[in-house]
Amino acid sequence: MTWDWEFAFEVFPDIISAIGITIGATVAAYFISLTLGLVLTLLRRSSFKPLSLLIAGVIEFIRMTPPLVQLFFVYFAFDMSPFVTGAIVLGVHYATYVSEVYRSGIEAVPSSQWEASKALNFSRAQTWQKVVLPQAIPPVIPMLGNYLIVLFKETPLLSGIYVLEMLAVAQQIGSDTYRFLEPVTIVGFLFLVLSYPSALFIRYLEKRSGKLPGSAEKGVKT
Amino acid sequence: MTEEAREETVETPGEDNANTIVSYKNVKKAFGDTVVLNDLNLNVNQGEKVALIGPSGSGKTTIIRMLMTLEQPTEGTIEVDGEMLWHKEVKGEFVPADEKHLRKVRGSIGMVFQQYNLFPHMTIMRNCTEAPVHVLGVDKNEAKARAQEMLDKVGLGDKVDQYPAQLSGGQQQRVAIARSLVMQPKVMLFDEVTAALDPELVGEVLEVLKDIASEGDTTMMIITHEMEFARDVADHVLFLDNGKIAEQGHPRNVLENPQSERLQSFLGRFIETN
Ligand SMILES: Nc1ncnc2c1ncn2[C@@H]1O[C@H](COP(=O)(O)OP(=O)(O)O)[C@@H](O)[C@H]1O
Ligand SMILES: [Mg+2]
Repeated sequence: MTWDWEFAFEVFPDIISAIGITIGATVAAYFISLTLGLVLTLLRRSSFKPLSLLIAGVIEFIRMTPPLVQLFFVYFAFDMSPFVTGAIVLGVHYATYVSEVYRSGIEAVPSSQWEASKALNFSRAQTWQKVVLPQAIPPVIPMLGNYLIVLFKETPLLSGIYVLEMLAVAQQIGSDTYRFLEPVTIVGFLFLVLSYPSALFIRYLEKRSGKLPGSAEKGVKT
Repeated sequence: MTEEAREETVETPGEDNANTIVSYKNVKKAFGDTVVLNDLNLNVNQGEKVALIGPSGSGKTTIIRMLMTLEQPTEGTIEVDGEMLWHKEVKGEFVPADEKHLRKVRGSIGMVFQQYNLFPHMTIMRNCTEAPVHVLGVDKNEAKARAQEMLDKVGLGDKVDQYPAQLSGGQQQRVAIARSLVMQPKVMLFDEVTAALDPELVGEVLEVLKDIASEGDTTMMIITHEMEFARDVADHVLFLDNGKIAEQGHPRNVLENPQSERLQSFLGRFIETN
């Protein structure tokens, strides 16, 4: 099959018009994974053992099954629109990974910060809110950002349940015209164009993170 | 007040009396199989300044960490202001304390740590106002005024907008002291607060502690290796050895006329090094 520029330009507008769905699904799923991920992390640290074990089990289960299978399962088991199903399933699936990122951030906060909070008589909730999370999250922002790109690249899975994101549109064009090369290449190109700058931005965040407030003025202090 | 007069007015520590604010009764603490404190009995009077000295590993930190509720005693009880730390009374029976009870008793206690433990993501001012505002419910402006006053007292009134990383160790430790002071605890605990500091920064922190000790009716329990400071500030010195109070009494007796060989050799180390 040879590359047909004319055909490529012809289908380009149709494909790019689906970019809104791709981005919308990414953002919705990302939002779910960021919030649910934090909730999972906190529940997993609950001092009530049965709860933390249950959460650990659920996380393990979700991770050990393929997202595509989860998509089909939820799509056929519940009566939700493809888009909503897709956002929820990807969001929940990646929440289990995002939760691991939060966990590493939280564990990096020294126990002495918890002790200082106790000495000042903060409640547990206040300690999380004012002391631990504000120190745990900034260093892991680049890692969290990485999952935005990962999720973005996972959205073509949603074509499996008929969400009309970019790949679904490309496939549609392909089956209508018997030309797949151009539409699929365009999809790949559009993913690259969006992912690459995001990756650069995350690399920039990585360089900046890990600095304590105020330490910049002092220069070398890390 | 002269030294002599003060000595007489201080009620005999170790005995439970109306002035007692902190009381350890038959306290045992073990980490796993290792017993680090055995049958500790100790009373501290309201306003008293107690210095805890002793070799490393003798259990000093554990004693005050239990009071701050950072460690739970294995056996025995600790009371603050007549209230048990780890138990509460429900219908005449003592049951293990819950978080609510712990927070209530914690309110009378403050602690300053060896490594300062300031909140690195907050300015100096916020380090000192966060707890008064959110724990005590003090109005924001009032909390700021109180924090400013305490920071002035420790000589750092001009650092309010800086972050901990911008201050020297001695300055950070003075902020930590101010942060604890704004909570107005009845009992303040100090765990080797100068041990992490460069030698030239030790003096400024000890001065601040002396100030607080001289003006306040705050009860202070101070773990220190600064013997001269202990002699100047303390009403009562405890020598801890191997998880037991091996010797105690007025600083002049304990520090200048040690009875046991253990204490003599312990103090001897300081004479050599100083
Ligand atoms: N969390 C802990 N787990 C196990 N052992 C501990 C713990 N904390 C303290 N210890 C042990 O308890 C003993 C007393 O320690 P500590 O109270 O810190 O003594 P000090 O402050 O006098 O140096 C030491 O032998 C120490 O190793
Ligand atoms: Mg110690």
